[in-house]
Parts: sequence; C-alpha cells; structure tokens
Amino acid sequence: MAHILPTETQDAGPPAVDQQRRGPAGYLLLMPGSFWLALFFIVPTVTLVATSLYDPAGSLELGYKMTGHVQNYPTAIADYWEQIWRSLRYALVATVACIALGYPLAYAIAFKAGRFKTILLVAVIAPFFTSFLVRTLAWQYLLGDNEWFVSFLRWLPFTGADLRLINTPFSVVAGITYNFLPFFVLPLYASLEKIDHRLLEAASDLYASPVKGFLKVTLPLSMPGVVAGTLLTFIPAAGDYINAELLGSPNTRMVGNEIQDLFYAGDYPTASALSVALMVTIVVLVAVYVWRAGTDELV
Amino acid sequence: MESADLVLSGLTKRYGDFVAVDELDLVVPPGSFFALLGPSGCGKTTTLRMIAGLEVPTAGSITLAGEDIARLKPYRRPVNTVFQSYALFPHLTIRDNIAFGPRRKGMSKREAAAEVDRMLDLVELGEYSGRKPAQLSGGQQQRVALARALINSPQVLLLDEPLGALDLKLRRQMQLELKRIQVDVGLTFIHVTHDQEEAMTMADTVAVMNQGRIEQMGAPEELYDLPRTTFVANFLGRSNLVSGKVTRSSGGEVAVEVDGATVVAPAERAVSSEGDVWVGVRPEKVQLRAPDEAGAAANHLRGGVVSDVSFVGVSTEYLVRMPWGQELTVFEQNHTSSRRLRTGDEVDLSWAPEHTFLLDAAQDATAGTQIEDE
Repeated sequence: MAHILPTETQDAGPPAVDQQRRGPAGYLLLMPGSFWLALFFIVPTVTLVATSLYDPAGSLELGYKMTGHVQNYPTAIADYWEQIWRSLRYALVATVACIALGYPLAYAIAFKAGRFKTILLVAVIAPFFTSFLVRTLAWQYLLGDNEWFVSFLRWLPFTGADLRLINTPFSVVAGITYNFLPFFVLPLYASLEKIDHRLLEAASDLYASPVKGFLKVTLPLSMPGVVAGTLLTFIPAAGDYINAELLGSPNTRMVGNEIQDLFYAGDYPTASALSVALMVTIVVLVAVYVWRAGTDELV
Repeated sequence: MESADLVLSGLTKRYGDFVAVDELDLVVPPGSFFALLGPSGCGKTTTLRMIAGLEVPTAGSITLAGEDIARLKPYRRPVNTVFQSYALFPHLTIRDNIAFGPRRKGMSKREAAAEVDRMLDLVELGEYSGRKPAQLSGGQQQRVALARALINSPQVLLLDEPLGALDLKLRRQMQLELKRIQVDVGLTFIHVTHDQEEAMTMADTVAVMNQGRIEQMGAPEELYDLPRTTFVANFLGRSNLVSGKVTRSSGGEVAVEVDGATVVAPAERAVSSEGDVWVGVRPEKVQLRAPDEAGAAANHLRGGVVSDVSFVGVSTEYLVRMPWGQELTVFEQNHTSSRRLRTGDEVDLSWAPEHTFLLDAAQDATAGTQIEDE
C-alpha cells in the first residue's frame, strides 16, 4: 500500500536545512568551550601522562627527568590495587544505593508531585547551597558514636551495644551516596518528565497492569536518565577522597586518598601513574557499561 | 436487547461545575461501525475514554455483554483504543508494539509472533516490522496503532480521531481502509470524530453529540435526510432554515406560511406542527427556476435574486437573496444543460414537500454552523 501513497514521503526524511546549519556561526560558538577544554583539560592530561613516565628517582628539590619510565605503572598498581579495588567497590555500592533511593524520588517528583514539583526539585538541589566539605563534616557529627542516631541504633534489641557507624565502610559509602544523590536524581527526573503519559494510557489499554506498564514502558524510556545519572554518580565517586578522609578510617582508604598523599609526599611520578591508571580503568568500565546499556535498550 | 451490546446508561462526567458528558444513554449493537460525531468539546472523547477506562464516570453505567465494566481498570476491559496521537511505544519495534497486548495477556512469544504476522499482513506493513515507530510516516504509524489494537480481538475497538493527523488525501484512503478492515474482522468499532464527512462515509450509525448530549442518532442517510434539531441540520452537511408559521396541520401534512407563500411538509417530517417553526431544506434539493416558469414543485418561493455564483466542478453553488433579506444556498449539478445563472438574475426557488423538514423555532438557527473543521 505504501508505494501508492506519494504523500508519505513528505514526513519521511528530515527537511533540507542541514546546509544552512553548517556555517561559521557553529565554529564560533564552539570556540570558547574548545579553548577552555584545551587549556584546562587537554594540557593537564598530557602533563599528567608525561609526569607518570618520569624517573621516580627524582624529587621536587632535584627535579624530574623524563625517562619514559613505564615501570611506574606496574609498581603503582601493585602497591595500590587494594585501594583501587576498594574505590570501585564503594563507588558501585554508592551508585546502587543512589538508584534505590533516587529512582523512587525522581519518579515521585516527575509523576506524582503535582504542584509540589518545583518545591521538591529545589529541595533536591538545596544541599548545593552549602559546601561539599561542610556537609560531609556534618555527617561526621551525625554518625558520631555519642550522637542520637547511633544511640538509638544501639538501643534497638537486635544491635550490639558496641555498634559504630563513623570510620566504617558504611559511613564512607553513606557519605558518597548522600553527596552524589542529586547528580543521579536530576538527569533521571529530566528523562522521566519527558515521557508522554499517553504511552502509559496505551500500555494500560493493552492489558499492562501498573507494574507491567512501569517495567515495559516507563523504565526502558527512562534508561537514558538512569545511564546519565549513574555515570555522574559512579565516576566522581570512584575518585572521591573527601568522604573516606572525613568519615573513614585507615581501613577504608580509597585510591583518591593515596594519590593525594603521594602528591603531598612529592612522589609525582607514582601519583600520576596511579591517576592515569584510575582514569583508564574508569573509562574502560564506563565504555563497557554504556555499550551494554545501549544494546539492552534495543531488546 | 442483544447480550453482546455495549450499553451506556445515564453516563455522566463532571469536572467541577463543567458537565462534559450529560446523562448519556446509548446502545451499540455488536459488529456495528458506530460514529460519535461532534465539535471539539462536545464530550465525545470523554465518552470514549470512559468506555476505555481512562476516565472514571461521575455517574451511570457502562455494560458490555451484560457485565458492568464502568469501574474496571482499563487493563481488565475487553476493549482497545486507537489513540489520536497513536501513542506507539517509541522504544519498541513495530513488531513488539503490535505484540504488546498479546504478550501482556500471557501469550507465548512464538504464538504472539504468528498473530503479529497476520496483523502485519492485514495492515500491509510486513516489511517494516523491525523498524521503530519514528522511522515510519504518519499513515504507517496510524496502521501500526490499528494493528496493535486489533490483534487483541477486542469486543469493542475505540478509535479517537484516528485520522486527524493525516493529510486530506491519505485520510480519504484510510477511511475506506478502516471500513474494509471493520467489515473483515466484524468487530464493533466506535469512532470519535469531528469530521462529518468521515462519520458519514464510514459509520453504519452516527450519533451527533453537542454539549455532552446526543442530539440525534441514526443511519447517516437518515440523519442527513431528516435532521431533528437545528444543530444537526447545520453540523451535518448544510441546510437552509427559513422562519415560518404553521397555518394548517391535517391529512398527514403540515402547511407553513413563509413570507406570504405556503410550503408543505409531511407530518412525520415535522418536529413541531404548530406556531412558529424553522422550515428546512438541503441546498441540493432546491431547484432554481425562472420567474413564472411552469411546472414548479409544490413548495415555491418567489422573488429571489442571485447574489453569488461559485463553480465547484461537479456542481455550482448559488447564493440567492430572498425578499426578506435572507440568503439561501442552492447547489445545482452541472448537467449537460447549458443554462448558467449570473449574479443579479431573478429566480424562484422550488422543492418537493418530501424534502422539507420542520424544526423547533426555539432553537438557534445558526447552531452548528460556526464550528470550523479543524
């Protein structure tokens, strides 16, 4: 039937405005951002990679020599694989926690909040009005041994009287989760908000119960938001050191803490090698994740 | 009453003070192509959504095959909808869109696939089964939406302005296509539209809705031939409505005085047979005659002057100014006869009594005329 419908071709392809779009204006608009990226991302990255190949025998006082010392990498990884692995684990657990807490929150704001939508969105962003450091210090207090929360938990019949939260893996992961939750909620909210409610009506009309409708329509359509949100959570969480520093113990040190210490100690080559190793690990993980999430969407 | 009827009784939907659907009573027999026709805001879509379960009625009942379904969740009703916007799932292929209903009802993947193939054949979209909705044209998407609903063999298929988003040519084609499919599958179709031509082309029964109520219901030709309200007379096709006063009502005839002349209508074509009435006649039923020409039909109005002539191919549309100032419309087929009237020519209007209808003078003669076809 399609071949006898000449009108159908009208909306088949995009209109021919492509040529108009390509002009000097596009390049001009790209320039400030490109300049910024070149200055503050590409140059430092190149420097970082270069530093990671310096001879480790050098020091700040004596200066470093560029010797292409690739051995810095195996050394750094061998010394700190435990912290790298811990960072990835904490970041993963915190990301999962963000999904568990953030999805219902974003869903409620997008679909159920009605006129409270704006207020709730402001509430999600509100923590940003105080600094990251101050908020994390507040958690130090909240989870402290003699504070009401821990006292309350200790009072409960099924917990021991020696229960602690501060300086445990729990407090570090909880801190990371808390600090990065808005970065998960906001892109997910944007994704959910865009979903046409008529699709849910259609699902319901086609025998999908509310749960099925969510699983078959809402969830797949919100996947771009979930992917964006998890990336914005996982990536900075894996490199975070503030939460481990303020809420953790020597047993919860993350790779970020080690990198920081190495820099303070003046061991620039090892610090750089560790940084680059972490970066590459994250890039590989993210690439695999995005690729997998992309194919999942098609199923 | 047959058991498989869809019966709406006292169906009402209020939004605060606004009454969208006002105590609607309706019986749709199984296997019929039923059109709910009316201007936007008349309550036709709300009625449809209540049948689908997407709106909860304020009052009244919806009975399908003897069972009250008015309070059932939409996913538990044996009805399916073709949405105005199609509402195709953008993340699913055409195949998966169509398989959505059967899969939710627990059909196995393999069984569903066979059904989907059958549907793809029916709507002639087999080669597009692996594409996403966004890769299809409007007309193709429309057919996917239809297949996605039809595959469930619903007891009632609801169509909400399904052709509204298509251009005119495609719309005409899809009207025939839809009608063919309805005859093929033999399901009950309830079609909501504001396009009177569409309703008349496709439906066995048309219900004209206005302000939450059904003005008149019947076969398209019946409605067109004998409108019972001024709204129907104007909304469904066009009508000349002339003010008159009943002078005699006897022997199965009603005689009405119009500007000194007397016109006659059969008694069964009169809504009102005393006092003031609107005398109605369709423009194509009226003949133009030269003044004092012999052989005029029984109903004859003299003294008209042609005020506008527009040639529309198969016919010519005349506007004739009558002595009392009103302009009446006359459509004349362009037969071989070469007579062409011009603006300023004097003419008489004449038509047969059996084409005359009499309406309640209390109704607004312009009801249903101001509504633009979107």
